[in-house]
Formats: sequence, C-alpha cells, structure tokens
Amino acid sequence: MESLKQLINKCEGLAFDLNYTRAKQWKSEGDGRVLVGYMPIYFPREIIHAMNGLAVGILGGGDKKQIIRGDAYYQSYICHMPRGIIELALDGHFDQFDGFLFPSICDVIRNLSGMFRVLRKGKFVKYMDFPQNFQKHIGGEFFKYELMDIVDKISKINKVKFSPEKLNEGIQLFNKNRALINAVYGLRKKSPWKISADEVYSIIRAGYVIPVEEHNEILKKAIELLGSMDGEPMDKIRVMIIGAFCEQPPLSLIKTIEQAGCYIIEDDFLLGSKWIQGDVEAGTSDPVGAIVDAYLNKSTFSSTVYDVDNPKEVRMIKLFNESKADGIIFAAPSFCDPALLDHPILQSSCHDNDIRYISFLFSENTGQFKVIKEQVGTFSDSIKLWEGETVNLK
Amino acid sequence: MPSKVVKEKSMIIQKEMIANHFRELSTAKETGKKVVYTFVPGNISELILAFDMLPVYPEINALQSGMRKKSEKFIQDAERIGHSEDVCTYVKCDIGMMINGNIGPTGEKIPPPDLLLLSYTGCFTFMKWFENLKRLYPGVPVAMLHTPYQEDKKITPEMTRYMVKQLKEEVIPKMEQVSGVKYDEEKLKNILRNSSKVEDAILRIFDTTKNKPSPIDAYFAGVYYIGPINSGFRGTPEAVNYYEELYSEIMERVRLGLGPITPEGEMENERFRLVVEGPPNWTHFREFWKLFYDFGAVIVASSYTKVGGVYDMGFRVDPDKPLDSLADYCMNCYTNLNLEQRIDLLSKCITDYKADGFLVNSIKSCNSFSAGQLMIMKELERKLEIPVGLIESDLVDPRYFSYSNIKNRLESFFQMLDQRKIILNY
Ligand code: SF4
Ligand code: SF4
Repeated sequence: MESLKQLINKCEGLAFDLNYTRAKQWKSEGDGRVLVGYMPIYFPREIIHAMNGLAVGILGGGDKKQIIRGDAYYQSYICHMPRGIIELALDGHFDQFDGFLFPSICDVIRNLSGMFRVLRKGKFVKYMDFPQNFQKHIGGEFFKYELMDIVDKISKINKVKFSPEKLNEGIQLFNKNRALINAVYGLRKKSPWKISADEVYSIIRAGYVIPVEEHNEILKKAIELLGSMDGEPMDKIRVMIIGAFCEQPPLSLIKTIEQAGCYIIEDDFLLGSKWIQGDVEAGTSDPVGAIVDAYLNKSTFSSTVYDVDNPKEVRMIKLFNESKADGIIFAAPSFCDPALLDHPILQSSCHDNDIRYISFLFSENTGQFKVIKEQVGTFSDSIKLWEGETVNLK
Repeated sequence: MPSKVVKEKSMIIQKEMIANHFRELSTAKETGKKVVYTFVPGNISELILAFDMLPVYPEINALQSGMRKKSEKFIQDAERIGHSEDVCTYVKCDIGMMINGNIGPTGEKIPPPDLLLLSYTGCFTFMKWFENLKRLYPGVPVAMLHTPYQEDKKITPEMTRYMVKQLKEEVIPKMEQVSGVKYDEEKLKNILRNSSKVEDAILRIFDTTKNKPSPIDAYFAGVYYIGPINSGFRGTPEAVNYYEELYSEIMERVRLGLGPITPEGEMENERFRLVVEGPPNWTHFREFWKLFYDFGAVIVASSYTKVGGVYDMGFRVDPDKPLDSLADYCMNCYTNLNLEQRIDLLSKCITDYKADGFLVNSIKSCNSFSAGQLMIMKELERKLEIPVGLIESDLVDPRYFSYSNIKNRLESFFQMLDQRKIILNY
C-alpha cells in the first residue's frame, strides 16, 4: 500500500505541475472534453463538470517559473501572480485549454481577463462578475445568468447539452470533496504533528488540477493513512494565517513558518476549495439555483466579498476561537489591495479581542525567509513565554 | 513670452459653484440636509439630488488635499493606524483627512455621512474603502450598487436589469429612509434632462481638440472642465449654464486660432499633440503641467477625463428611462470598460484628434488604471505605429513623484516624436 509520504510526493508533483499534464491527459481520454482554467479564488466547478469539462485552477507560476516576458506586462508595483500567469500563457502552458474564467476578486484579475482577450487565449475568456448583492431575486438571479452564460459558451465548443441530472451528480461529488477536505483539516487541527501544513497544502492543491473523482480517492487515502499514525506533539503555537487567498505563498514559506515554532491549523490558502461552508443542496430540480443559493448563503468570509451585513472580523474571530488558535499571522501578497485594505479592520478586531498577531508581506517567488523566520520565531516565543499578556509585534 | 493668465467667466462660475456646494455642506447639520458620500465613477448624483441630499466625493477631497500639499501627512497618519504602504493612496488620504478633523478643500468642515452610497463602478478598491469608512462611521447605512463590468464589450439587458433592481430595492429605499423624502420619478426625469444637455456639451468641448492648434488641453485643463459634472452637479441648471459658457469661450479661441490657456500663460506654439492614459499626479500638478508646456506638448484627449462617464461612443442618459439610464451610465464609465474597449477608445482618440504620440502616466497605487496599461501601450503601438511612452508617479503621495525622472523620460519621448516628425516629413 502507498505510504503517506508517497501519496504526498505524488500530490506535490501534481499540484506544482505547470504543464497541467494530468488535466491535458484527461482531456485526450474522451471525446468532447474541455479544459477550463479558472483564476482565484472560487468558481463552482460543478458547472464545468456537468458540461463534460474539467475546471483547472490557475494559481500562477509560484517560485517554479522564471519570469522573462511577464515583467513587460506589469509594472513593478503590481502583485506577482498575474505576471506568472501571463508568462505561462505566453509560453504555451495553456495551449490545450478551451476557456478561461476570471472571478471578480480585484482589478488586477479583472484587467488580466482583458489581456487574455487581447492575446486571444482559448476559445472563450470570461470575467465572471460574482454578485455583491446577496438577495436571491437580485444578485442570485444575476449570478444564475452569469453561470448559464458559461454553460452556453462550453456547449458551443463541445455541443454538450446542459443536463440537471449531470449537474446534480457533480454537486454530490464536490460536496464529498469539500467534506473530505474538511476532514483532512479536522485531523490536522486535532493532531498537527501528524502531518505538516505544507503536506496538507500539496494534498489539497492537487485537487485543483485533476478530476474531482481522483482527488476524492486521494483524500480518502490520506485520511485513512493519517488515522493510523501516531507522531510526537511539539512545543509549537497554533496559528491561523490570513491574507494568502489569491497569490499563493511558496511551499518553503509555509515550511518556514512551521519550522519557526508554529502549527498552521487554519489558513486561507486555496480558499476556493473550501469556499462553500457545508453542502450545496443536491438532487433538486434546479441545481444551478442550488449553487447560487450556496454562494449567497454559505460562502466563507473573504476580502473580496462585500461584507457589511456579515462583518468579516466577527467571522474571523469565531473561526479563531473554534480552531483554538493562539495567534494570527497576517501574510498578504505585496501590493494586494483586497488583503491589505482589510488589515486595519481585522487587526483592530484582534486588538479588541486580545488576540496576538504579526503581519508580513510575501510574493509567490519569495526566496529569502530569514527575516520572516526570525519574526515568526519571536512571535511564537512571545506567545509561549508571556501567555496571558497582550503583545502585538508588528 | 507667455501672456498673462486671464480668468475666464467659466472659471469664475465654476469657482462659485464649488464654493457654494462646500458652504452648503458645512451648514448641512443646521439646515437638516442629509449628506451622501459616494464615488466619481458611477456617480449617480441625479438620484441624490432627487432626494434633496448633498453629495460628498472622498476622491475629490483626496485630490484636493494632494493639490493643497496636505496629503503626505494624511497618508502617513493613515499608515500609522495600520494602512499598508502598498495600497491606494486616495483611501489613505481620505482616512487621514477624517482623523484630522475632516476639513475640506475650502477650509470648512465636511460633515460626516448620513449615507454611504457604494456605487461600485470600475474599481474594486471602492468596496474596500467604504468597508473601512463603515467602521469609522458606525451606524451609518451603506447602500451598495454593484455595477457589472463590460467584460464582453457590451451591456446586456440582464446587466441593466440587475442594476435597476438594486436601484429600486436597495438604493432608493435607503435614500428614502435617510432623507425622509419619497422617490419622485418625474423629478428625477427633469434632473436627467439637464444631464443629457451637459453630456452633449462635454462631448462638444472635448471635440474642439480636433482644431490645430488645439484650443484646450484635454488633460490638465480637462480635469477642471470635468470638475462640476464629477462633483455633484450632474443634472443641475448651473452645470448646463457652466458648460454652455465654457463651450462658447472655447469656440471663441478656435475662431481666433488660439492655443490652450495654462497656468504659465497661453500655449503659443503647439509642437506635440498627445493622448494620455491614466490619472495625473496632484501633489505637483502645476510643475507636472509645466513640463508639458515647456516642451510645447498639448494633450488632445485623455482617458482620465472619461472616468466619470464616457460620451464619445454615443451614450447619453435617456430621461424617459431614468433608472435604466443611470444603470447604463455607470456601466459606461471608463474604468468599467474592458481592456479591448479601452484600446478601441484610445485608438479613436489618437486618430480623431491626430495625436503624434501616446503617453501613459502610470499611478503606483491605482490598480484599476495601471494593471494592463503596458499592454494597452503595446497594442496601440502595434495597431497605429505611433510612438508610446511611460512615466510613473502617484496620485497624492508626494513620495512617489520624481521630477527629474519624469523630465528625463519626457525628454527622450519628445526626442522620439521629433525624430519621427522629421522622418514623416522627409
Ligand atoms: S494577489 Fe491580490 S491584487 Fe494580486 S491578483 Fe490576487 S487579489 Fe488581486
Ligand atoms: S484604486 Fe484607482 S480608481 Fe480605485 S479608488 Fe484608488 S485611485 Fe480611484
């Protein structure tokens, strides 16, 4: 039987394969299959699944892709991820992709959709306006229209007719997927010494680039293997990471945080995979409506969603308490307006609730971690040594 | 020798309009007028006026703070309370101004909002901005108006329907509640009749740059021309009067064959005609303008003057369909156009106004404009074979204005334009 180490290695290989080999292979294995790339954060992949497609998460080039041409498309004061994506596009990594989706999370992603249009990438490029109005008959209706527009676009490519049954099947598969992901996180929260945060990260990220059925098998296996493990708890603090929901931290940064005396027990990396909190209703006669309802009523909190009636700081504190965390690390990509403009709100609520936090910036290709390691180490020590005192190291 | 700056009648009218507005704001608490904070793009001030409320534009306050050299301290104060160095400086300038007593450009205090109208058009940061303000003004209601992006180069009926529903069910009820006034569609229609006249006049005004020499500078002076329509006067008789006066003054300049009026005097020798993309720098506005003046460069069109509405492509409000019109107006603002539409629009400007070059002023902290500008440059260069240039600055953070850097880049750019002229004339 495959060991956990082998499984993690396999996942890491899949997760960081910038050639999207498994996705392309899947496409070649059947007629009428389409690959649709989607940018962070969340897209209801069930829709693509129902149209005989595979939604492939595009998360930039990380520290694995050297930027040569991408810098000619972005000024130095724009975050790193889009230049990695353009580099991948120009180098032909997406050549067998049929379409691209750009969820409405910020102006950089919005304008990147325009660049893809100008570069004539794929058979369609859609900037996807997620509603910021959460009433079913207003924002919900508009969202449904946006989703059906994607269905039409795919149908024009592969002539697949939309079928509610097929969508209901997809809903069940993705419900399962989220439940399994939550189970992995649950195990990690309970016994974080059994598997490191970077290993969990690779397992979850693999799901961005392979069929959901395969990912569910991987998750089941991981849960089974974790159940039979012991391991030794270490003297580390439990932290929650906030701000890395779009541009992803390099794996070495996640490792560095843990090596510096922390267990990352909650985070917003790969947030799309756990965006919907709970299940999308399956088996209804209006499965698109079910997806819409889930988005309107079961979305997690995020810097990209208008939150006035459901303040994100309250939800963050609730999650913090539920996770039994000791502190928060605000780790945002440099120049990320959505994440950074939330900092004053979230940090002042930490202050009001006597929650200790630190904050630093990263970029997906950060290679030097010395300063961060020291900062995190001091944070961890301060929590361990002065438990009960309020110390905010900024 | 540059001639003496003459204050034209339109300038005096505008000054009075703005001064009256701030006076009204400063006495709003006494007069009981309700105050609505909102944004320039998707600036549906007609609706605010239909409820007899007064608009405040935090962006305009920020740019005014920049011009009055107050923004540096405001930004630093905002950074001191946790705002990052990396984000939009308008937001920080506004928050800094607020924590320093909210004294507006005329020295009078700006009252706190009774309503935050989050007209979320063309810029993601608007949402983050008002999420922050919401917490700084606890208890103040927020009306969200989400404007869908023209991602497919068009406005679909579903997009308009989504916006109209929000207007009817979210924005108007909140306005009724805050103002205590009932929505009166006839009143809104009458206001929109004026808007339509103003939109026509604005188009005619900016179209005068077809003349050689151009009678106006469509960027540096252009930002003054769009002042009234962007700061709460859409749909007012004062705006109709102002724009008609301005138009007749400009036509007189055309008749006399005069160039633009600048703070240095009249531009007598038009050497270069440019189209500029991106907002200007406000902290060194006059020095910035003078750099162009010294090189004999006139801006014949700019994207920034279209940020509060694009009228070049045929859009006008239709007073008989008031809410649909407000929705379409929002969706037509420049930063709500996708990159291809921006390229088409800029291309049209370069061609129609016979520009010699295209220049980008890239703003460090404004992703809404900046992300994609390098591609716009590449595309315009490829399609029109026109020289393109790039300078960098910030809106209101003086730390990012480097005079020598900008001057050097402009020098090389104008040299390039000179050489091209020689080649073309050969
Ligand atoms: S990292 Fe932030 S600014 Fe950059 S694309 Fe993602 S959300 Fe937008
Ligand atoms: S990011 Fe740009 S458009 Fe948005 S508020 Fe700031 S300056 Fe204005």
